[in-house]
Amino acid sequence: MSRAIAMTDSPPAAPPAPARRRSPLAAILRHPGAVLGLVILAGAIGAALLAPVLYPASPWRMVQRPFIPPFTLDRVPLGTDALGRDIAAGLMHGAGVSLLVGLVSTLAALLIGVPLGALAGYLGGRVDDALMRFTELFQTVPSFALAIVLVAILQPSLGSMILAIALVSWPPVTRLVRGEVLSLRSREYVQAAVVTGQTTFTILRREVLPNTLSPIVVLASLMVATAILLESSLSFLGLGDPNRMSWGFMVGAGRTVIRQAWWITAFPGLAILLTVLALNLIGEGLNDALNPRLSRER
Amino acid sequence: MDQALTPPGVAVAVRDLRLALPHGGDRPNAVDGVSFDLLAGEILCLVGESGSGKSMCAHALMGLLPKAVTVAGGSIRLGQTDLLAQDAAGWRDTRGRRIAMVFQEPMTALNPLMRIGDQMAEMFEAHGLLTPRERRARAVALAREVGLPDPEGIVRAYPHQLSGGQRQRAMIAMALALEPAILVADEPTTALDVTTQAQILKLIRDLQRRRNMAVLFITHDFGVVTDIADRVLVLRQGRVVEEGPAAAVLGAPREAYTQALLAAVPAMNPPARPAPDGPKTIEVAGLSKTYVTGGGWWRAPRTVAAARDVSFALRRGETLGLVGESGSGKSSVARLVMRLIEPDLGTVRLGDTDLTRLNGEGLRQARSRIQMVFQDPFASLNPRRTVGQIITDGPVAHGVSRFDAMERAVRLLALVGLDARALERFPHEFSGGQRQRIGIARALALEPEVLVADEAVSALDVSVQAQVLTLLEDLKARFGLSMLFITHDLRVAAQICDRIAVMRRGEIVELKTAAELFANPEHPYTRDLLAAVPGRARDAA
Amino acid sequence: MAGFIAQRLAKGVLVLAAIVVLNFFLIRLAPGDPAVVMAGEAGATDEIFVAQLRTKFALDQSLPSQLAAYLGSIATLDLGYSVRQQMPVATLIGERLPATLLLTGCAFLISIALGVLLGALAARRAGSLADTAITGLALLFYATPLFWVSLMAIILFSVRLEWLPSFGFETVGAGYTGLARAADIAQHLVLPALTLGLFFMAVYVRMTRASMLEVSRLDFVKTARAKGLTEGVIQRRHILRNALLPVVTLAGLQAGTLVGGAVLTETVFAWPGIGRLMYDALLQRDYNLLLGVFVVSSAMVLIFNLVTDVVYRAVDPRIEVAR
Repeated sequence: MSRAIAMTDSPPAAPPAPARRRSPLAAILRHPGAVLGLVILAGAIGAALLAPVLYPASPWRMVQRPFIPPFTLDRVPLGTDALGRDIAAGLMHGAGVSLLVGLVSTLAALLIGVPLGALAGYLGGRVDDALMRFTELFQTVPSFALAIVLVAILQPSLGSMILAIALVSWPPVTRLVRGEVLSLRSREYVQAAVVTGQTTFTILRREVLPNTLSPIVVLASLMVATAILLESSLSFLGLGDPNRMSWGFMVGAGRTVIRQAWWITAFPGLAILLTVLALNLIGEGLNDALNPRLSRER
Repeated sequence: MDQALTPPGVAVAVRDLRLALPHGGDRPNAVDGVSFDLLAGEILCLVGESGSGKSMCAHALMGLLPKAVTVAGGSIRLGQTDLLAQDAAGWRDTRGRRIAMVFQEPMTALNPLMRIGDQMAEMFEAHGLLTPRERRARAVALAREVGLPDPEGIVRAYPHQLSGGQRQRAMIAMALALEPAILVADEPTTALDVTTQAQILKLIRDLQRRRNMAVLFITHDFGVVTDIADRVLVLRQGRVVEEGPAAAVLGAPREAYTQALLAAVPAMNPPARPAPDGPKTIEVAGLSKTYVTGGGWWRAPRTVAAARDVSFALRRGETLGLVGESGSGKSSVARLVMRLIEPDLGTVRLGDTDLTRLNGEGLRQARSRIQMVFQDPFASLNPRRTVGQIITDGPVAHGVSRFDAMERAVRLLALVGLDARALERFPHEFSGGQRQRIGIARALALEPEVLVADEAVSALDVSVQAQVLTLLEDLKARFGLSMLFITHDLRVAAQICDRIAVMRRGEIVELKTAAELFANPEHPYTRDLLAAVPGRARDAA
Repeated sequence: MAGFIAQRLAKGVLVLAAIVVLNFFLIRLAPGDPAVVMAGEAGATDEIFVAQLRTKFALDQSLPSQLAAYLGSIATLDLGYSVRQQMPVATLIGERLPATLLLTGCAFLISIALGVLLGALAARRAGSLADTAITGLALLFYATPLFWVSLMAIILFSVRLEWLPSFGFETVGAGYTGLARAADIAQHLVLPALTLGLFFMAVYVRMTRASMLEVSRLDFVKTARAKGLTEGVIQRRHILRNALLPVVTLAGLQAGTLVGGAVLTETVFAWPGIGRLMYDALLQRDYNLLLGVFVVSSAMVLIFNLVTDVVYRAVDPRIEVAR
């Protein structure tokens, strides 16, 4: 089957894709949604870092009388909850919890999922079959239910939450990496590397993994968003670390008094929404920046 | 404003057509002032290399240009209508009824979720003709007319159940449903095997004669032009280079470009070559590989024999061609010899070493003795590594210092005709032909004894192809290499191979010197294959 | 096809068995005596009950016999006893399951219908204001925490506007029957089903849009256009039909998340399903009940996956039935 795909034999006058030299960072910055995302995320990180500075006292402490509405008293700009705790303090301390859990659990999930996926994809055969059965098992179980069960059994704490979220989040990573590695394995430049006599390890390191990096990075940013949603949902149900004030807990605590004091649930929820939104926007920006849609790379 | 009708006898009159590309393309206009007449009842071939704009012209006739390409000027007149001035409703009426089109890739040109008959009937439905029952009946009749087997049954089949040739017949049937006066065929046989191509070309010729249609046939293959064209139009970079009756343009071309293009097409007459008499460098014996797919608890698995007891040997300085159609197993044999896939049976010996017995580190070391040049210039170079890294990775993996490897790379680049500055650049900065040269340099960097070229020129334009083939011959002679040359193109094989092995369904059916094979083919399949190659008339002349 | 279904069911039973084994080890993960863990907070005080559990699950013997005993008991659909609720776990779950099925079923239908519709619309007018609005809205729903949007919906529609009831399955003590009862339940169903459906609607909007844009670039769409078909027919018959295939696959993958989301929705809206049951079990530290709900929800996901697989194979003629 003949196929006349190629160009005439002169180098393309203009490079057919944005030159690889242009950094991904510059490409992201041209995406307005991603810029907004970065700004919001910076705000969240800033809040987390500044919390011990601006609100050195524990957010669990009662500082004023209960049920002060927001924007009425300067010292408690966002009001107080049913026990007189400062909402703003809770928000700032909660930022740290959510971001920490989100980030660490995602890293842990990647540490599990990437090697498993790479092995399954590259080695194929029985190893692939076994690993895929194992992954399917984890994907059948409803992930939130499993997280609840794990945290309940291990007793709620930051550590158990991170572990539980990591353990329910790794299957999609494995699937993605496996898929990418499989398609790369049959790509001609990988075969060329085999043929020129390079070791398996070198091939994985030099030819395969760098070309899977972009989808993993995009997935990772979306995973942090999902992890934060999971963490806040667990905290809402009362499975959060009892020593840490988190956004989900605040929403849960304000649930019973929602008619009188809407702000106790509104502000923490809004904080979760904005942070997760920001991460999603960044993920989309990364996707557009790292995966040029040109048919250059078949 | 020219309100004249198209003169009688002219089906479509294209005047000064200008199609603009978006900013940043390699030229401002894909098609720049092209004019031609398509006469009723004739086959006009639009020929050109890739990027010449021939496909754009065809799409313009149907109003199917991609969104990025805009009409910047000119007119296309069909009867009383200027097609380019039509609105969407006008185009919908024109398409299928007055002009119909057949596309290049039969594998993807049909909706995978609809039955063939339904897709044919859709043509009538689009123009509000016939009742559903009548449409079904006409679909069966059309299937019969284009030579599809079991017409009643096949209209109920889905596209994936048909072969490439059958799908193309179905596409042609669809195009003819409303009996249009004009058929536009955009490289309809390029993606087909050579024997299937011959059948489809014959079908198109027969149908054209029977229905007296005007056919605009786009192709890059001069063999096809020889077999089918009444008139020829040569395009280059969006402009008409030459035009005239087929015999004139092919036999006595006036323009230098046309002459160069025709000269670059390899003839079917193999040149005389001295018989190689060096020592044997590679011996393949009894190579076999069977693929088993499917199968589960309820169904027997399907077996496909990719290679069946394949044996041959190469001497130093000799080129052996492995020729065959898709599914013949020639690419599988190449990969088995390279041990990219594991053979079930058989041995591959490089001199004294049995490559099939080696494993692990031993195999890795031995690999430097046999190297490969791949088919797809776009996929065979890692886009994230520089050319220098690509060429030196191999030697470095075998213990050569990075410095020495770089020196070797510079010398090799010069040999393949590239500048040393290429070392710092990335693959995407080079054209297809240049990338193939880099691939060749990469293969030679390990100083192998045997070179396996797997369809190494199939993805290149014919002029570039000629250059790369010459390069391979030179390098082979200079380094005393043996070459295993895989191709589906018999012309290329004739030009470059000492001996040729014809493969079919995993077996070698005939193995002879090139001269003998073309002069006296014995096996019936070989004879069919040779007869199907388009353009033999020109070789005889 | 029958063969395929049988094969998948058999595989599903194996997966469920593996999950039960997982349960077994999870119980042992909890701190303390497994018998006390299985008895739950309420049952732990009842010594006879604890002793009964010990014999029943062979907790004095070796690990393999414990595993056998546990598997045996589950196989007979005996999921244990909840001292707090004073009922066998299996009965408890059986009572609550229909409510969850109703909720998740409605949420799924809403999400996929709206999702595909809006996604197709956005794809058709890609780049326009409508497209930006739809994708923006989808992104917003995707990022919203389910429990929070449920609470906000209650504040808006129930408290402020008083259009819909804020919790429960039906109006208690009103004594409706027949159609009136169905209407009453439907009223209570609106808010929970909508909020649960919104997140998944966002998922399907994005998937449908991306899928349709990709399919519209394929060759056979050009062929359809070359026949002179109208844009509407091309969108529906050629693009949408092919674009829906990955959506079906996605629906299967989302089953687990849907069931998990039901836990939150049922908790906020006091909807009497197994999700709410799970929450209660959590509060009461009734591990037996917790794990029982866990197994049943996994079974739900398995069945849902089977259905989506069958649908996919029925719609795509390219897939060979046996695998």
